[in-house]
Amino acid sequence: MANRITLNMITQRSIEEGVAMEKGKTTPEYFEACSIIEMHDDDVRALGLVPNQLVRVTSECGNVVVKAVRGRQSLYPGLAFIPQGVWANQVVPPRTQATGEPQYSGFPVTVEPVNGEKRKSALELVQGAVGLWRGDQ
Amino acid sequence: MPKKIENVGCPYCGVCCDDLVVTVSDDGKQILEVENACAIGNQIFHHATGSERVKLPRLRQPDGTYKDISYDEAVDYAAKVLYNAKKPLIYGFGSTNCEGMAAAAKVAETAGAVLDNCASICHGSSFLAIFDNGYPSCTLGETKNRADVIVYWGANPAHAHPRHMSRYSIFPRGFFTGKGHKSRKIVVIDPRHTDTAQVADIHLQVKQGHDYELFDAFRAVVRGHEIPEEVAGIKRERILEVVEIMKKARFGTIFYGMGLCHSDGRNHNVDIAISLTRDLNDYTKWTIMAMRGHYNITGPGAVWSWQYGFPYCLDLTKKDIAHMNPGETSSVDLAMRDEVDAFINIGTDAGAHFPIEAVKHLRKHPWITIDPNICMASEISDLHIPVGIVGVEVPGIVYRMDNVPIQYRKVIDPPEGVISDEELFERIHKRLSELEAEEAAKGPAKAAPEGVRAEE
Repeated sequence: MANRITLNMITQRSIEEGVAMEKGKTTPEYFEACSIIEMHDDDVRALGLVPNQLVRVTSECGNVVVKAVRGRQSLYPGLAFIPQGVWANQVVPPRTQATGEPQYSGFPVTVEPVNGEKRKSALELVQGAVGLWRGDQ
Repeated sequence: MPKKIENVGCPYCGVCCDDLVVTVSDDGKQILEVENACAIGNQIFHHATGSERVKLPRLRQPDGTYKDISYDEAVDYAAKVLYNAKKPLIYGFGSTNCEGMAAAAKVAETAGAVLDNCASICHGSSFLAIFDNGYPSCTLGETKNRADVIVYWGANPAHAHPRHMSRYSIFPRGFFTGKGHKSRKIVVIDPRHTDTAQVADIHLQVKQGHDYELFDAFRAVVRGHEIPEEVAGIKRERILEVVEIMKKARFGTIFYGMGLCHSDGRNHNVDIAISLTRDLNDYTKWTIMAMRGHYNITGPGAVWSWQYGFPYCLDLTKKDIAHMNPGETSSVDLAMRDEVDAFINIGTDAGAHFPIEAVKHLRKHPWITIDPNICMASEISDLHIPVGIVGVEVPGIVYRMDNVPIQYRKVIDPPEGVISDEELFERIHKRLSELEAEEAAKGPAKAAPEGVRAEE
């Protein structure tokens, strides 16, 4: 069992994210729809994860804690998916290959289980990044 | 008695469904029911009359909290930010009407700003490929009425464009496609077995980031060349099978999405998709179409191309002399190089959808958000200006993903006092022009440049 594995990350829309986004990005629905990661069963087993365990995802430019869930849309081993949105964008590299478009799909990340940490809210992540987070209000 | 309004356009995705039926209350203030919309469109309409709507502009205070201010004060603040900035960036526009986009362009030109839209992080690669290689496309109506083979490549409409398959591609019965789904072959090419792949006849699970190789193999086969045993994770037999289906089609459409534009290769993936479409036209009729995201993200491309000759990443720092060079004048690249000193986020949410590193760079400078709702951008702004929701509270022109313009209507009034994007930008433009006139009045008039006068 590995403490940490390297996967290829993609981030795209999910309908749950779309519905929750229109309801509001500060809602529990948006939190549950977007602060997740989907992986292949082989990779879940390699990390020894139990269902809904929290993991830290780290890329070349940041890290984020998300919940490992079993998605309806399957991936092949080595590929991972976080729905587009606030949590995904904590780790999306801003490099654009001179096109303007960041590397939203196809960038290496490491995934490792975490203990004693919580997922941060969308507001905490975004306001925290720019020095405006004032704690749960 | 509640009133039913028919043929309402949906302000969610680029499919621009215009068959919604919306029931509004007696007093015209509440939306009671929305028929025909997808789950996401339905949410937009019902959210409009929610209690959490912001009804006045909010200005960030020194203690970090927001304070309500008047629209006049907000317009003055925005105009002064633009006036004082050397190179402001005005970005977004996926979720507003063309009238608002045209008004914003006036502001950008007067302010000497960079004007960019969400295509910059979405289908901008498509523009680059189309500039190089053309766009053998069609309307969605042609696909519905004629197509017997549909390919979704790097697109997942079951999640991102929920009614695309039922209105235009897989399921509808058209003029020459009377048997609907039964008479169509559906191919999905995606690294995930998506919900769209579930309804396909053939799913090719391409290795992520290797789409270019697979397109190349398709082109080689179409042109009669040998290919290796396996390409991009797909066996040769499967590639030969799909190419044969494509060559024998009566009419085919390739719908492609972010799987091509967001992966390694970007515009080159789209470029070769267009080349494959061209090759297939040696055998039969094939078309290609970008699965545009927001309901009017095709709009700024149409409006600004008409105004300035370029669809996105417009550098207007030399006022009416427009310059476009993605990589240099694109929002995320400008942000990462700290080349802009003020940011206006309009009709999108850069706070949630830009990589956080780009958000951090932009937030070093004044940040103004123009949006009907509370979003991540509004919650990190210096100023948040609420506006009416286009398609729900504000009418206007929008462009569908196939470049067909559609007149959207409003079904209810915006909250009392809340204005449209167009009115807001017109007012900012007026105030900005006043500031420039005041400045000009202070000093001596600029001397006319020396030169040879044109012969009369």
